[in-house]
Amino acid sequence: MSNVPADLKYTKSHEWVRTLKDGTVEVGITDHAQHALGDLVFVEVPEAGRAVKADEACAVVESVKAASDVYAPLAGEITAGNPKLSDAPETVNSDPYGEGWLMRMRPAAGAIAAAGLLSAADYSQVLAAEGG
Amino acid sequence: MPTREKVIFEYSQPGRGASDQWPHYVGVAPLADLPAKLRRSAAPELPEVGELEAVRHFTRLSQLNFSIDTHFYPLGSCTMKYNPRACNQYAMLPQFLARHPLAPESHGQGFLACMYELQEMLKEVTGMQGVALSPMAGAHGEFAGVAMIRAYHRARGDLKRNEIIVPEAAHGTNPATATMCGCVVREIPVNAAGDVDLAALKAAVGPNTAGIMLTNPSTLGVFERGIEEVARVVHDAGGLLYYDGANLNAILGKVRPGDMGFDCLHMNLHKTFSTPHGGGGPGAGAVGVAARLAPFLPLPVVDREGERYRWLTESEMPQSIGRLSAFMGNAGVLLRAYIYMRLLGRDGMRAVGEYATLNANYLLKRLRDAGFEAAYPERRAGHEFIVTLRRQAREFNVTAMDFAKRLLDLGFHAPTTYFPLIVPECLLIEPTETESREMLDAFVAAMSQILEEARQEPERVRSAPHTMPVRRLDDVRAARHLDLTWTPTTQH
Repeated sequence: MSNVPADLKYTKSHEWVRTLKDGTVEVGITDHAQHALGDLVFVEVPEAGRAVKADEACAVVESVKAASDVYAPLAGEITAGNPKLSDAPETVNSDPYGEGWLMRMRPAAGAIAAAGLLSAADYSQVLAAEGG
Repeated sequence: MPTREKVIFEYSQPGRGASDQWPHYVGVAPLADLPAKLRRSAAPELPEVGELEAVRHFTRLSQLNFSIDTHFYPLGSCTMKYNPRACNQYAMLPQFLARHPLAPESHGQGFLACMYELQEMLKEVTGMQGVALSPMAGAHGEFAGVAMIRAYHRARGDLKRNEIIVPEAAHGTNPATATMCGCVVREIPVNAAGDVDLAALKAAVGPNTAGIMLTNPSTLGVFERGIEEVARVVHDAGGLLYYDGANLNAILGKVRPGDMGFDCLHMNLHKTFSTPHGGGGPGAGAVGVAARLAPFLPLPVVDREGERYRWLTESEMPQSIGRLSAFMGNAGVLLRAYIYMRLLGRDGMRAVGEYATLNANYLLKRLRDAGFEAAYPERRAGHEFIVTLRRQAREFNVTAMDFAKRLLDLGFHAPTTYFPLIVPECLLIEPTETESREMLDAFVAAMSQILEEARQEPERVRSAPHTMPVRRLDDVRAARHLDLTWTPTTQH
């Protein structure tokens, strides 16, 4: 059973969102997503300063099995892409909720409420429905 | 099975070669008219071997291959069917081989007649009004198709239309093509039965819709049952329909994309029309169009006036998207496809579609009876189908990749693995029409054996292959540390 930390928010497309103290958010892919993709061999993260819409493809994770877009869970501006991942994509596998974060964002006004993010319990139900 | 073959550099001995077969220049040094700055200062690091060593080396390498000539090759989505020898034989006639692409039309009437007839036959079998042959692969044909769709909207002053809708069951090349053509991709889901989600399609179309790219049967191996409604929704919104011909083998001679409402398509001649492919080509991605897109076809196009064949000129097709290849693209591949169609004829082509789907459905039924789970159990297969091993992965910790590797031990090329992406632990299996029932039964026996091994001794499956020249390769490390060059060592 995959790990779904209770203190994070989630999307149906398997991103997680952590709200930081300064009001910005950190985004990554879930333990379920990294497991389904398998060992990552390439990660592309967005550059700081880019404005993204909710559900806009803004990062790429690639394993030997599959390449997959990662979607912005909410609207806002990218403040950082994780610089470590280009040399160490496996970090997303080993620590998806920590060192393997993909990007940090400053949410647009009202964007968090508008995003309809899932609680850990709701996301666990999504996984159960997918047979995962 | 032979053991690993050394790299040819490892056979190298200084000064060894087959120099008697080099061209001999009399009196003139061959480099005399090359400027000094363009000449290299040191000799290149090339292997130095005798002719016999080179022949043996490459023959041994060829014996390591899995190929259609040696093995069942059910690589889903790739249509690895038998390539009749006659097609090769006729395409190798010296009159074809010796034809220079710049020779005047009057010196190549035979070749031009073949190309013209190929265009006409492809129109007939797809229900299209125009065909151009030169794109050199499926993705190249897709590029031509979407470029024509864009050119069509531009020519009408409809400049806003830059969105291409792509269902999630599409070939991965479809969104790549749309992006290469400067379009924005809008992905829409398919429903649980594998058909396009019509509500999502209706929500996605609008004044920015350039078109939709569809494969039918889709990458899920099932026929898109809502295709007429899809066509109506997209056309009503002002968009065009692009047919990805990757799976044309399933419907060949039975259903025509033009009759389903498609405006544009490419045909993977190297797949459906049985020319040798794999390992990078050569392919041929001819494109077909409805009348309204015909002015935008890429050049060259062959026309007939009475009994004479000739190239259409750029002044006759001023709206053409231009040339996409040198000369006639992969002309030798086009010739093989032409001969294949002439050998089969109308009835033969219908039999292709019938036996391709019959073989797929037979194999699907037998694999289900053997305990495998179909990804779309309620649906009849097209020419290929998906088995999901998610249950085996959970119960035995044996994955689709483990099954694929173990199949190699048992003498079968593996099916396509982990594609399409939306089905977990999947094998995409395409037997093609050219396999016998006995071969399909042998494949079922091999799959059943592996399933039993997964239950009884899963490590045997997880550590496969056991009988190949190399064992399980570390594909993750290979992808993370790309190193494709062999560096000569200091052996001399």
